[in-house]
Amino acid sequence: MWLRLIWAVRLWKSGREIMALLEVKDLYVSYGAIRALHGVSFHVDRGEVVTLIGANGAGKSTTLRTISGLQPADSGSIVYDGVDITRTPASNIVPLGIIQVPEGRRIFAPLTVRENLEMGAFTRKDKREIAESMEHVFQLFPRLKERVEQTGGTLSGGEQQMLAVARALMAKPKLLLMDEPSMGLAPILVEEIFDIIQEINREGVTVLLVEQNAHMALSIANRGYVLETGTIELEGEAQVLADNPRVREAYLGGG
Amino acid sequence: MLRRMRKSTVYFIAGGLIIFVVIQLLLSLGILNNYWRGIIFWGAAISMVALGLNLIYGFNGQFSLGQYGFYAIGAYASADITYRWVHSDPSGIVVVLFGSLLTLGLYVAVTAFLRRFYGVTVMARFTFYILATILAFAIAVAGLVPLLGPAVNSILQVLPAAISRQIVFFVALLGGACLAGIASFLFGIPVLELGSDYFGIATLGFTIIVKVLLDNTDTILPFPEMKGARGMIGIPQWTTWPWVFASLLLVILVMRNVLHSSVGRAIVSVREDERAAELVGIDAATTKVLAFVLGSVFAGLAGGIRAHDLAFLHPQSFNFIQSFNPLIIVVFGGLSSMTGTIITGFFWIFLLEGLLRLYLPEGFETWRLVVYPLVLLVMMLLRPEGLFGRYEIPFLRRVLPPLPTKTVEIQEEAV
Repeated sequence: MWLRLIWAVRLWKSGREIMALLEVKDLYVSYGAIRALHGVSFHVDRGEVVTLIGANGAGKSTTLRTISGLQPADSGSIVYDGVDITRTPASNIVPLGIIQVPEGRRIFAPLTVRENLEMGAFTRKDKREIAESMEHVFQLFPRLKERVEQTGGTLSGGEQQMLAVARALMAKPKLLLMDEPSMGLAPILVEEIFDIIQEINREGVTVLLVEQNAHMALSIANRGYVLETGTIELEGEAQVLADNPRVREAYLGGG
Repeated sequence: MLRRMRKSTVYFIAGGLIIFVVIQLLLSLGILNNYWRGIIFWGAAISMVALGLNLIYGFNGQFSLGQYGFYAIGAYASADITYRWVHSDPSGIVVVLFGSLLTLGLYVAVTAFLRRFYGVTVMARFTFYILATILAFAIAVAGLVPLLGPAVNSILQVLPAAISRQIVFFVALLGGACLAGIASFLFGIPVLELGSDYFGIATLGFTIIVKVLLDNTDTILPFPEMKGARGMIGIPQWTTWPWVFASLLLVILVMRNVLHSSVGRAIVSVREDERAAELVGIDAATTKVLAFVLGSVFAGLAGGIRAHDLAFLHPQSFNFIQSFNPLIIVVFGGLSSMTGTIITGFFWIFLLEGLLRLYLPEGFETWRLVVYPLVLLVMMLLRPEGLFGRYEIPFLRRVLPPLPTKTVEIQEEAV
């Protein structure tokens, strides 16, 4: 009887977990007269790493910007954790646990590493929890620990990217949106960043990863979507996508 | 850490007290004549204006040339209140005080109302706010003056003249600051959306508009007592050293505490990177409006102080050439250094209006417009970060929050 009860509870729990963390439906977004997204739909489940791959101008960054509330949607819906957040302003998105690591890092260059991390925790109040998060972030990025009092602008590109990720982690994300984390980094650093993304994911943070480096992105993702000129062209398991001849030709450098 | 903070606060209070007492003594004993009194008061007023601009430009990164416009609004508004009061007309007090309160209330209501809608454009929001302002002041002028005027008048008449005078002066300063704040809010909503260069040009336009309106206060605007381009005379000379000192202290303390709070962090991070600030959960648009309004309120307060010291206001002293003064002071003293701004503000008036006029041959002051740019040019070449760079006296310096213990160890390791 106890076994049955445990089984029932498990079933109920998994039922809740099956519900997608993020569900984007039929999203249309435009910049003035130019339409950037033509009805994009996808979903991200709890605990997954999902990647959006595509060429320049496909609408990857626009998708992330719209989820973050920086760009208003024309129509469509974004449902996060069962709540419609399509019309939620950017400053209210962050406390919900959706944090974006922006393209090009965008750290606060004149502030020290510590101050940058403190800015990341801007929406949080509990000082002790913030200190704990900072400890945790330093465990993930020992190199930042060595440079706590250095200003962000004096860090190398790879360290700046780590700082950008670390700053996002300071906000205690449930869903991490990453925009081109590999941009402008040496291959060895790209590997390091991707290892860290996997580690963050193992700790229970769901990751939506936008990448031009499709090979790397598909190697760590559970599932992927291929975005082309504002629409989803292909979707599927990461491995299946990586083997798809069209994807191989267009994004993985020939067949 | 706590002890050091307390020490710097003690030094600040002690230093402030000494300055206050010494200058008060020098003034009471007649060692400083009226000329030097005027220079000190003017220096304090200019420092307040420049501190406001430093908040807008130095800390929040919005290049503004509109500071003198708000200074002018504050000066004329507060002068009008006391002028009317002296001529036994309490309408100025009623309109500005209750009009501002009403406006504030309506702004809260409009904000709550607009929050219910998605994607309201900036101009639509602006329209709502300007309608609220017009409504509030229309009610104040048409309804509250006949209703509350006699009451306010009789209350103030009952009190001893010396006390009611101080109350009226306080209300006048407050009213000038409030009007400057309301004007900057209305102006800031649409204009702060522009990029920084365009914002600078728009604020320059604002200063010019204010100056032109002041030239025509008796014809276009219904204020015959301001006498348009002939200049407003008959303002009571009520500014005393305690008022000047208290105002400057208030501005410094408010600015310090805002900058040391999380709002201050938001303000500075918007300067560094607006997009990044939004991504850590800061409402960049609201933060910009807040810094702009606060900076303008400081300017409005300074205007009231200056008007009641000079007892004479002329639109020409608020023209757009003059509007560069606070900018020069801020750049000179060091962007985002409060200490530098205050010291340079006083120094600016002492040197250029005080010493040069007194000790150099007559006619030298016409060369000022040649001297300013030259000095600025040399400054930019030799010390582009300003005289004080980012130096702050300990009391104003940002004290970092206590570090988590483990991090301290790490820090030591790194050293």
